[in-house]
Amino acid sequence: MANLPPTFHDWFARRGWSIHPHQQAMLDRADAPALLLIAPTGGGKTLAGFLPSLAELAGGTHQGLHTLYISPLKALAADIKRNLGTPIDEMRLPIRVEDRTGDTTQTQKKRQRADPPHILLTTPESLALLLSYPDAPRMFAGLQRVVVDEIHALAESKRGDQLMLALSRLQALVPGLRRVGLSATVEDPQAIARFLARHPDPCEVLFADPGPDPDITMLQIDEPPPWSGGGAAYAIPAVLEQVRRHKTTLIFHNTRAQAEIFFHNLWLANDDALPIGIHHGSLDKQQRARVEAAMVNGDLRAIVCTGSLDLGIDWGDVDLVIQIGAPKNVKRLVQRIGRANHRYNAPSKALLVPANRFEVVECLAALEAVKARDLDGDPRGPGPRDVLCQHILIAACAAPFTADALFAEVTTAGAYAGLSRADFDACLDFVATGGYALRAYDRWQRLKLIDGAWHLRDPRATQRIRMNIGTIQDTETLKVRLKNRFGGQPLGEVEEGFAATLTPGDTFLIGGEIVRYENLREMTVEVTRRADKPPKIATFMGTKFATSTQLSHRILRMFAQDDWPELPEATRAWLHLQRERSRLPEPDRLLIESFPWKGREHAVIYGFAGRNAMQTLGLLVTQRMEDLGLNPLGFLATDYATMVWGLDPLTDPAPLFAAENLREGFETWLAGNAVMKRTFKASAVISGLIERTYQGQRKSGRQATFSSDILYDTLLKYDPDHVLMQITREEALKGLVDFGRIEEMLARTAGRIDLLRLPTLSPLSAPLMLEMGRVPIKGAATERLLAEAAAGMMEDSGLAAVEPVPGWRVGF
Amino acid sequence: MNPLLLSGAHLVARPSGALFWPEVGLLCVSDLHLGKSERTARRGGGLLPPYDTRDTLARLEREINALAPRTVVCLGDSFDDLAAGLSLPEDERLWLIRLMAGRDWVWIEGNHDPGPLNLGGRHLAALRLGPLVFRHIATAERGEVSGHYHPKFSISLGGRQVTRPCFLADDARVILPAFGSYTGGLRASDPVLQALMGPGAMAILTGPQTHPLPMRARARAR
Repeated sequence: MANLPPTFHDWFARRGWSIHPHQQAMLDRADAPALLLIAPTGGGKTLAGFLPSLAELAGGTHQGLHTLYISPLKALAADIKRNLGTPIDEMRLPIRVEDRTGDTTQTQKKRQRADPPHILLTTPESLALLLSYPDAPRMFAGLQRVVVDEIHALAESKRGDQLMLALSRLQALVPGLRRVGLSATVEDPQAIARFLARHPDPCEVLFADPGPDPDITMLQIDEPPPWSGGGAAYAIPAVLEQVRRHKTTLIFHNTRAQAEIFFHNLWLANDDALPIGIHHGSLDKQQRARVEAAMVNGDLRAIVCTGSLDLGIDWGDVDLVIQIGAPKNVKRLVQRIGRANHRYNAPSKALLVPANRFEVVECLAALEAVKARDLDGDPRGPGPRDVLCQHILIAACAAPFTADALFAEVTTAGAYAGLSRADFDACLDFVATGGYALRAYDRWQRLKLIDGAWHLRDPRATQRIRMNIGTIQDTETLKVRLKNRFGGQPLGEVEEGFAATLTPGDTFLIGGEIVRYENLREMTVEVTRRADKPPKIATFMGTKFATSTQLSHRILRMFAQDDWPELPEATRAWLHLQRERSRLPEPDRLLIESFPWKGREHAVIYGFAGRNAMQTLGLLVTQRMEDLGLNPLGFLATDYATMVWGLDPLTDPAPLFAAENLREGFETWLAGNAVMKRTFKASAVISGLIERTYQGQRKSGRQATFSSDILYDTLLKYDPDHVLMQITREEALKGLVDFGRIEEMLARTAGRIDLLRLPTLSPLSAPLMLEMGRVPIKGAATERLLAEAAAGMMEDSGLAAVEPVPGWRVGF
Repeated sequence: MNPLLLSGAHLVARPSGALFWPEVGLLCVSDLHLGKSERTARRGGGLLPPYDTRDTLARLEREINALAPRTVVCLGDSFDDLAAGLSLPEDERLWLIRLMAGRDWVWIEGNHDPGPLNLGGRHLAALRLGPLVFRHIATAERGEVSGHYHPKFSISLGGRQVTRPCFLADDARVILPAFGSYTGGLRASDPVLQALMGPGAMAILTGPQTHPLPMRARARAR
């Protein structure tokens, strides 16, 4: 074995281990400027990343920081610290390992900057913060390697872009820095490699043996799934039976609300009182830590969870993964399946549970994709410029900089390699002066150009900038606590909007308990355990995932089959009935059904473009229908269809779907859209235009802060081409608006539209009638609804009786 | 538009958030916070879009053109601070002077902008006119028109939450919403406002049109 000191050989031998080929390959290429390792969970990925560092540090001569390890999860950093402890202790290596996250104490943090450990384990945000200090060059002086764990997950969000900009800074400080990325299986390894490497350095990709195919099937349940909904309550007995038969089961859900409902139902049926826990991102930290500890100890037979357990921590004895609800995305499914059986070269076992009848089809398509190792994913766009703006602010905190040098630096980050100088200058101008068309005041300066270098105008601003570092969006949430005299146990958090709809006495589910809302105290929701009503469901943040393009195509291809012997009988009969009564959607045609139902005209558009795009399509089409005088009243979108209802039947779809018409409508519609405002808020916070609001600041009096919507409206009116408006557009198009997939649908169907006029609803459209999430047409309708609600409240309160029309009169 | 009767004075709550008293030709607006973005920038906060003053003035101009008031009362916090008032850019200062020309213009002093400015008009701690008194922060006095709190009201419409600035009114007082563009609000459910307003108090939501509703009712289940 090359590069490995004898101590290591002995250690491996003592443990009866042999080094994996990919671990050896990592050692062999330890000098490469960038390396990406793709390995399944349980493949000794992390050790492969650290072995070269341990080998280089074994001699005990290195002074200061040698390796920086970055992971998306704080918990992972702590976990890795524990795991590295074993080889270091057993081989008595002279290596100091420390972690640094938001949870590290202030004194510890200070000491780390003065006297850094050999290996520092941290997160992208903590690294960005370290780089904002003037002493960063000293702290990172000896740095040799950076290891980015779970890089596939980081690459999916702005956190990854921030990290890569931070690495560009680090590389400027220590030019010899070597980069290593550790990734789960992904559809396009080269894209991750380009994301990781210093542009234009090459980056070799190493593949560990992917191991045997997973043992994955649909859970056989006698009862057919319901027509709609995501609860999968019908599957509870069958799932409990599986939990009974396995050592430890992870039960994944797509949303937190679904996880809560399922967990609740599971316990109602859990007659054997099997120890089952719940874990998701809205639960209190301590609650989560307790569940994690119980899991590690093997005290739990199952955990109901969400994406919060997608990454990281080795759970040991998980021998079954159950996915409730259609997986929406094959790549994530494969990664979740990998959570079962962390033994290398043992097949992972997984079961899919469709929550409704359509999801049966979707689950089958996903199974086939997994078997074909056909992963999905959207290509990564160019690096978002709001993150760049924050990076510029961070750079200014550390030291004065020149525009030329910073531009050269940031364009070494793969995602920003194509950034034009003009776009960079616009961001710099925005950070420095606000970048407004109106240049009125000298005070509009955050940065000042002095002798060719940009300085912070007010050095005291560093503190505010540091407080705002990071790209994770926090929706405004309120903590939930049990009410008692001592300020009771924290349970988790709910969205502020949800809290606002609660009246004392209302009940909701959190952490699997039904709690009763008592009151709001200093921005904390106080609850008791007196549950005497069926729960309202807490609405948790987090967007719903859209079914991937690739999976949608698979479903359309399945529809083309003559028969579906592989489907359960109920679903099979349903599809046959659809073919008989109407038609099944086809990949290269756009099917629209039009029918009257309960006194309203309905049109169902089977676009198969994913939830977000179908939602956008709904907004565009209804606007167009309004223009054509078809009086639409509202619409509803799912991953595969948009249903519009209104007063008049749709008879000629051509003008609705003409690409130019849709695009043109899109331009005007986009500007006034709520999605844009939400995106604007996120970008305004990230780019430093507005500051994050913290719970403490939101206590009672909020006159001082005002909604970012006001800023958006103001810019739209007075400065529509402002750089932040451009950024908002760029980001909205990538994310929630998803216009790209509407374009994909238009290209795929190329004007081949089949409008079927039916006497009543069709088998495939029937479940839509039961779906939640109907969107009323806004505008005039909002004022009408408001007027109705106000009138109703007046009447209920008895005030209407004392109010003379049109005004009101009170005695005095 | 929503008629109100306060101590015998017939008032109109306008969708814009302004209060009009037709009988005496008096237009009242509160909490303009002119120069807000300038003050934020000066104090090292974010560099907000510097269009708030002109946006506020444009909306005020629309109300003045529509109603041709003889008197305009700005109920305090007209400027985000004294310095913001003193350093209005020339074009915005001239615009304001143009609006003031030929009217009785009253600057009530607020907690943000105590003391007179170099802008003309009358500077008062409070204005008494007929049965009414105009001041910045509400007191126990009856027949009082005030501002300061920026009241707003949230209502749930079929799962969707709509929040609007609002007037609060009972038989003793009217509290105006903030008229300035860059202003947030305090929920009408806040204890401070609950304590100020009497049992039959109304919230009059502003926006494209006014919507009067009882301040303490909740939307009925729908």
